[in-house]
Amino acid sequence: MDDLVPPTSGAALQSLYPDSLTYRVEEPVALGMDSGASLAPMTIAYQTYGALNAERSNALLVCHALTGDQHVANLHPVTGRPGWWETMVGPGRPFDTDRFFVICPNVLGGCMGSTGPASLNPETGEPYGLGFPVVTIADMVRAQALLIDHLGIDTLFCVAGGSMGGMQVLQWAAAYPDRVFAALPIATAARHSSQNIAFGEVGRQAVMADPDWRGGRYLVEGTRPSKGLAVARMAAHITYLSESALHRRFGRNLQDRAARTFSFDADFQIESYLRHQGRIFVDRFDPNSYLYLTRAMDYFDLAAEFGGSLANAFQNSPTRFCVVSFTSDWLFPTSDSRAIVRALNAGAASVSFVEIETDKGHDAFLLDVPELLETTKGFIDSAARARGIA
Amino acid sequence: MTLSRVLDARRVDLVRVMEMVTPGSRVLDVGCGDGELLRLLAEERRVDGRGIELSQQGVNDCVAKGLSVVQGDADSDLADYPDAAFDFVILSQTLQATRQPRVVLENLLRIGRRAIVSVPNFGHWRVRVQLALRGRMPVTEQLRYSWYDTPNIHFCTIDDFISLAREIGAVIESSVALDQSGVPLSPTWPKWTWNLVGEQAIFLLHRKGLARAHASRPQLRSSALG
Repeated sequence: MDDLVPPTSGAALQSLYPDSLTYRVEEPVALGMDSGASLAPMTIAYQTYGALNAERSNALLVCHALTGDQHVANLHPVTGRPGWWETMVGPGRPFDTDRFFVICPNVLGGCMGSTGPASLNPETGEPYGLGFPVVTIADMVRAQALLIDHLGIDTLFCVAGGSMGGMQVLQWAAAYPDRVFAALPIATAARHSSQNIAFGEVGRQAVMADPDWRGGRYLVEGTRPSKGLAVARMAAHITYLSESALHRRFGRNLQDRAARTFSFDADFQIESYLRHQGRIFVDRFDPNSYLYLTRAMDYFDLAAEFGGSLANAFQNSPTRFCVVSFTSDWLFPTSDSRAIVRALNAGAASVSFVEIETDKGHDAFLLDVPELLETTKGFIDSAARARGIA
Repeated sequence: MTLSRVLDARRVDLVRVMEMVTPGSRVLDVGCGDGELLRLLAEERRVDGRGIELSQQGVNDCVAKGLSVVQGDADSDLADYPDAAFDFVILSQTLQATRQPRVVLENLLRIGRRAIVSVPNFGHWRVRVQLALRGRMPVTEQLRYSWYDTPNIHFCTIDDFISLAREIGAVIESSVALDQSGVPLSPTWPKWTWNLVGEQAIFLLHRKGLARAHASRPQLRSSALG
């Protein structure tokens, strides 16, 4: 894991000069945050696909996951790779860009152009670093609502997302029920489990244990905690897969060698794979952003915002929901989705729920899983009929 | 027309079930399959319908029709629903396939102000003949499985069902037995004939003591049992 990345990462550049549309909120409009802080100016970087119809009724908001970004269906400006949800978004896809106006914003606290810890703090002229206020899922959604206002959209046709994106979907539906016609939370939970907080903490400690982290001031001091962030990514990556998928793909196979080397080289393919995943991640992601966004997930507990009852969050919700989970997802297991469904039923909301059989683990929501695409297409098409979208 | 399609599909009971549902009511269909009954109810009775279905394909079919259906089963998932959440809870030809029919029935009566339950009649004369004369587990057109592969693990007769309903404090508001071709048996026939020649029976029930909903009384073909 030698440092092959240039001293200035793609993420650091994108955080200041994103290859995206941007919406900038200036004083006196400031974002009131759960922590009590307020943020101004604030920028939201976003991508759009397709066109808004005359009735402004076909806007579909995609919320990205922890290490995702707004580049949902175009080549990534840093990695040059295809968008992260091209199975779902595009012409003829379930989120058909010939019919729907798809919007994907980078989350608040992210590092692809929306205001986050790598952005410049106007008071100091330096990157915020740990001076950035702690962000919550509700803060992200508040910022997105400002963007949606700015785009002149009153009611979103659908809000969709997986994992941390699914948390935003639930937050949208709970906070702005009248602005969300349909909601599609996938592989997610209404609160982060203790186990998931534990994984988050391991990742954060890995970043902070890197001497180049410099108390979060690495951008000012010209260092990069790449090794810490890579370890965090490696650990997290395991949680996105399943034991059987790992075994099927890598088994105990050795990497480019006939025998064990009796060293701590990456003898096994799985080691080599994880090191690779860690290495490619650090160029496109800001280490402090990783701390803030994992924290946002840890803090998420939708029921707590509604007097301890998740059903209250969705009482008489006019939104139609489709909740999806995957059998082999042990990070956001089906029981988390069932808790959401139970609450929606108790709140007399309209809900469908599918548990999809797959061994692809949590990452299944990003992959070409035909049952997911079929369920999504059925849900979206029927919702579009109900909404009167051609 | 949808009605004839349902009639064709060997599920003649669905039309009778539909006739028991008050227009505009909230309905939960437990074991809703591909959602045909829910769709029929939405079209013909303008109900606000929800479903529970075990198979992923069934749920996908329902979702594609714009129905709100949750993947699950009657044994595990009814407990999650709040009391009196629906005007009608429908369990069509499924009670005999549940692990705990009594608990399921109690849950139906808790969740719904009324429950509509249809059951195949194991007391039908052809069933009795197969068992009595041939000494073999019955396989009929209505009950087409062999003993070793049947999902129907808790069979009952019409009389058995009535007795269970009494035992758990349910009131049978009305009932109808259907013959092989789905034609209702005359309500004037003596009850024991229903248990002998009824292919299946459909019951409209509510929990004893539960105030009758203000909803108008559904139109009924017959009201002889219970």
